[in-house]
Amino acid sequence: MVTTFKAQVQNLHFYYGTVEALKNISISIQEKKVTAMIGPSGCGKTTLLRCFNRMHDLYPGNRYEGEITLYPEGKNILDPKVDPIELRMRIGMVFQKPNPFPKSIYENVAYGLRVRGITQKSIIGEKVEESLRYAALWDEVKDRLYHLASNLSGGQQQRLCIARTLAIDPEIILFDEPTSALDPTATQKIEELMETLKEKYTIITVTHNMQQAARVSDYTAFFYLGELIEFDKTENIFTNPKVKKTEEYITGRFG
Amino acid sequence: MKTSYYRRIERFKDTCIRGILFSSALCSILITAAIVFVLFYESIPFFKSVSFKQFLFDKQWTPLFSDAHYGILPLICGTFLTTLIALILAIPLGTIMAIYLSEYASHKFRETLKPLLELLSAVPTVIYGYFALLFVTPLLQTILPSLSGFNVLGAGLTMGIMIIPYVSSLSEDAMHAVPMPLREGSYAMGATHFQTAIRVVIPAAFSGITSSYILAISRAIGETMVVAIAAGMQPNLTLNPLEPAQTLTAYIVQVSLGDLPHGTLGYQTIFVCGLTLFFITLCFNIVGHSLRKKFREVY
Repeated sequence: MVTTFKAQVQNLHFYYGTVEALKNISISIQEKKVTAMIGPSGCGKTTLLRCFNRMHDLYPGNRYEGEITLYPEGKNILDPKVDPIELRMRIGMVFQKPNPFPKSIYENVAYGLRVRGITQKSIIGEKVEESLRYAALWDEVKDRLYHLASNLSGGQQQRLCIARTLAIDPEIILFDEPTSALDPTATQKIEELMETLKEKYTIITVTHNMQQAARVSDYTAFFYLGELIEFDKTENIFTNPKVKKTEEYITGRFG
Repeated sequence: MKTSYYRRIERFKDTCIRGILFSSALCSILITAAIVFVLFYESIPFFKSVSFKQFLFDKQWTPLFSDAHYGILPLICGTFLTTLIALILAIPLGTIMAIYLSEYASHKFRETLKPLLELLSAVPTVIYGYFALLFVTPLLQTILPSLSGFNVLGAGLTMGIMIIPYVSSLSEDAMHAVPMPLREGSYAMGATHFQTAIRVVIPAAFSGITSSYILAISRAIGETMVVAIAAGMQPNLTLNPLEPAQTLTAYIVQVSLGDLPHGTLGYQTIFVCGLTLFFITLCFNIVGHSLRKKFREVY
């Protein structure tokens, strides 16, 4: 099977002020695969995820060192000359807690198009329906598209947030513990959704739930105290980890 | 046994505290009711000698002249005109300041500037009155030479400056309370700083922002000193802000300071004006309340 790199992290260090949160991380993200990042709290997995769309730029005192190369053009996205807003137009993100905007369901999905200056109703309408269908939410909301998104259930809200991201045709979708605030049924729906999404998109997901990583991902990276301990195909990580620390974590001896 | 004794005391305390809290709440309701009662009680004799129609539609308000007219319109007009001018200044400026402070300013700058802004509302209103009369009006006269010494424009603008902190401070609180993940969601979609502020933060903070506007409106309608000093004391049915005019509040000041005997029609006009003022602010509060409920954004 031929796989290509979508992104490559090289010797990445990340600092919150003077605290080094990521230490010399190098990892390759395969195109149209799900890469899971696991590890105990504070291990740096979410920090790394938020480097991919330069979310850290929003807060003062954060500093990157090293490179994240985004393919096909092979540009380092951590370069200060790269506009993070341009970058975020290509890389979508789904957050830990569903965070729909205080707008209608329709406007939530249309948001990304609107901030890009698209105003034609026909284009937006089409894209909203397509995205909601793809996020398996259309049938549940098609009769109340103009109701406030906050009236939806937590699981529906999270799928709405996914639909919102899909509407802008991202190349990579970042999932930051997308199911940690959801019940098991809603979680299952999101996991199934991730399975279909990887046909079109490259997915990076952070999770606390190791079963989830095992179920949805093709590759798994194990982080501990800001370092990448082990990175391999998911089946290898869970059946035959090479590093003792990984084995201890996945068997539940700590974390 | 000891425990149950202890529990009994705690229960008793709970009942007492509930009683104290309830009576405090009741007090404020009773006081409001008493004020409304007095306003009505003193106004009823007035409406026995002046018809409601005359009160609402007569174009002159001259209760103290020998040829007395009792048309409230000139005072309402003066009140709304000064309020409008104040709001035209305060709402855009206050909102822009709030957006800047909440979304753009650094933490340190925000913490310094906000108390300074709030100081604006700590200045006694009588000082604003003289500021309007002796500084703002002469300044306006350099641009508009025909402006009279007492005028609505100067008073309205000064009142606007006075209520800016109500708008900016409360709106800023509302915007600042919008949770960060909501903003991050917007940024993650590729939105700019400004788009996030306008399209996500403001809608999310809408109910708080509306409250600040309503408070500013009520404050402007009820403001007394500035208009009494700087707007002139002439009931004037006009929409021209360059002319002098009188507001409901300024009229009340004027008459209260005079030596009108109790029970005369002139004396009762004070309460009638008070009642009118009360109804106007009540209307705004009801509108504001329903707006808040309608647009209440859950996040």
